[in-house]
Amino acid sequence: MANLVEIRDLKVRAKSDSGRRIDIIKGVSFDVSEGEVVALIGESGSGKTTIALTLMGHTRPGCTITGGEVWLDGQDLVQLTESQRQHLRGTDVAYVPQSAAAAFNPSQRLIDQVVEVSQIHRLMPRAAARARAVELFRALALPHPETIGERYPHQVSGGQLQRLAAAMALIGDPKLMIFDEPTTALDVTTQIEVLRAFKSVMKQGGMAGVYVSHDLAVVAQVADRIVVLKDGEIQEVGTTDDIIHRPQHPYTRELIAAFEPVSHAAAAAPQDAPEHPVLEVRNVIAGYGRSDSSGRPVVLALNDVSCTLQRGQNLGVIGESGSGKSTLARAIAGLLPPVDGEILMDGRALPREVRHRTKEDLRRMQIVFQLADTALNPLRPVGDILGRPLTFFHGQRGKERDRRVEELLEMVQLPRALRHRLPVELSGGQKQRVNLARAIAANPEVILCDEITSALDTVVAAAILDLLKELQRELELSYVFISHDLSTVQAICDEVMVMYGGETVETLPASALPDGATQDYSRLLFASVPKLDTGWLDGLDLAGSAA
Amino acid sequence: MNTQILTLVLGRLGVAFITLLIVSFVVFGATEMLPGDIVEILLGQAATPEAIAGLRSAMHLDDPSLVRYGRWILGLLQGDLGTSYANDLPIAEMIGDRLSNTLRLAAVTSAVAVPLALVLGITTAMFRGSIYDRIVTTGVVSVISVPEFMIATLAVLVFAVWLDWLPALSFANEATSWGEMFRVFAMPVITLCGVITAQMIRMTRAAVIDTLKMPYVEMALLKGASRWRMVMRHALPNALGPIVNAIALSLSYLLGGVIIVETIFNYPGIAKLMVDAVATRDLPLIQSCAMVFCIGYLTLITLADILAIVANPRLRK
Repeated sequence: MANLVEIRDLKVRAKSDSGRRIDIIKGVSFDVSEGEVVALIGESGSGKTTIALTLMGHTRPGCTITGGEVWLDGQDLVQLTESQRQHLRGTDVAYVPQSAAAAFNPSQRLIDQVVEVSQIHRLMPRAAARARAVELFRALALPHPETIGERYPHQVSGGQLQRLAAAMALIGDPKLMIFDEPTTALDVTTQIEVLRAFKSVMKQGGMAGVYVSHDLAVVAQVADRIVVLKDGEIQEVGTTDDIIHRPQHPYTRELIAAFEPVSHAAAAAPQDAPEHPVLEVRNVIAGYGRSDSSGRPVVLALNDVSCTLQRGQNLGVIGESGSGKSTLARAIAGLLPPVDGEILMDGRALPREVRHRTKEDLRRMQIVFQLADTALNPLRPVGDILGRPLTFFHGQRGKERDRRVEELLEMVQLPRALRHRLPVELSGGQKQRVNLARAIAANPEVILCDEITSALDTVVAAAILDLLKELQRELELSYVFISHDLSTVQAICDEVMVMYGGETVETLPASALPDGATQDYSRLLFASVPKLDTGWLDGLDLAGSAA
Repeated sequence: MNTQILTLVLGRLGVAFITLLIVSFVVFGATEMLPGDIVEILLGQAATPEAIAGLRSAMHLDDPSLVRYGRWILGLLQGDLGTSYANDLPIAEMIGDRLSNTLRLAAVTSAVAVPLALVLGITTAMFRGSIYDRIVTTGVVSVISVPEFMIATLAVLVFAVWLDWLPALSFANEATSWGEMFRVFAMPVITLCGVITAQMIRMTRAAVIDTLKMPYVEMALLKGASRWRMVMRHALPNALGPIVNAIALSLSYLLGGVIIVETIFNYPGIAKLMVDAVATRDLPLIQSCAMVFCIGYLTLITLADILAIVANPRLRK
């Protein structure tokens, strides 16, 4: 057999909780040859992870392989018994999970988990396995390779965990590595280091890989060939170069189009500029934990942050996890009262705590949270969720309220009939639209959007951004748009504030992105966003990753 | 052991102590409200108004409740449980004997129940949805739904009356050999196991199933681990917190909740002593028994909490 992996007409069926059977993989075939990295790309629900897991002879609970063959190095995984498959896992084929933070057992030391494969399969004595692990830690550029294994998972950072997960997969010297969105949960600057480490060890070992991702730009850096999936079917297969530069299938083109940076047409400067900006944040200090003697909280999340939002404009706040961007939204909304500084609306200072603000203050500023799943009451139908702010802020009831609910649904481009559904019955994009409609129900002037597109697929997220722009035109809204993703911020904002470690790094007009950055950190951040170009990672200036 | 663990453990002990104080207050208040007058019962036929008044003042029963509570709690803190109203014996002595009987019953029961519950709980979680799981789960639910006096009475009917294998009453002090021990303990232990294992099995099963859904267990599977290894090395250590708590809760029942079992089998334990004390309005004895139950309960629960704190790797440095 010429290829290491040959998948032929694979079919997987899932059984939902209600007992319905759905075909989630509908006859997929592709090959991976020795030393080749093949990427499976698609949105959530496209079946990419399910296919990757069948390469380990595993299906998640509720799923079964109903047809086809999965050949790995001359063995059909579909036909093997469970104990034969156990024998292959970790030695012939190894897995690097999406969230290493969840994939490490919290109660065991890292080294014990990394060398576990060699113990399960009795590959080598413990001491040898430890030595091999330290060698891998070094190859993966982990700090303190000798001792890092003695720590527990919660004691190392996300990027380090992801590399430790790669070490855990490499210890059995597999012929095939499966990467399941291994960098999706990481910050862009960390992602670069991890990708670089993966690439170098893969190249050294001459291993074959299957790389699952939704991010074309990341995939372009590591894969030789790309398989584009949608709804459990292959749309297009080709070399990375062909897929990116000469896509054939309309769906691939759509994916690539979603990647093109969309610049936001700046709002025309208002003719008669109002005296005050609609929202102004002045020298806000906020944090978590008790205040120390100087009146500052123990964990400082915002240190002397100021920004302004002009009426009808949008302010982007960008930064990595821990930069304080979400805390800023919470401080502005009064959910986390600042210990110092002022928040002004139309030039008038708002009380710091949300419970001291008037109903009118609350109405004028609404917040939309990242996860619509947790922000919407799962036991209330959509109509009730939208109706509550209508009654609370505007005293609407009965027919009047029903009519307004329908209007709101129309505004966010959802069918009216949806008002009788529960949030669980909606898709991720629909839920986020309801979440947005709830904020609009108050007739606000300012909406704080906290990572509202981060949990959505690219195409769905792009549609939400379009909706935001349209609503802005109709309702004269101003957004504070918080995100870790440069391209989304660029697509909707007039001004962008870069945050790091609770402080403002700099504020730029969106039109100056990404080249106009004057500070080192913003330059690093902007340069770390993967580009749709196969040579981007290799050509990257190494100086950037030192920070 | 670092300072963070130490503060948490000390905090937990402090909470336990405060709880104990509150309980003592409630126990004292509750016994105060019991109907009937100890003096009238003690004097019986000789209860003339003068005699009643004299005895009352001699027993300090005329003092305000708070003063008597203070006296009682101070005595408790010094280890003085007081003397019984009914027969003038030191309460510590009366309880001592009975407590060791109850503890012995509890020890034998836990030695049987805990391993049984763990094995059944873990295996049903491992083979979730199988015939075996369904049989055990159904059995457990039926055992939970049957009250213990029913189980006890049935056990007497079957083993003592029909089969004539075991004595209907358990006189623990007569047991001298292993065989005798077995005959004495068999029925109370069976009955108690019925009550406490059911809860432990269900909690263990639920806790293990919860952790089996964790990504790190799937990761272990993808490393080639056997089912046994996935459960024992990856799922169980992370499910220990809730399991230990369920065990502690169930075992605490063996101290305070055995009233029915001890009464039915006439087992000379502390619960039986308390029932008798209520019959004779022996207030100090009732209070002391209640405090013993409470201390036992709190000890177990606090122990479980401390175990959970110490077992948490996030607090280990």
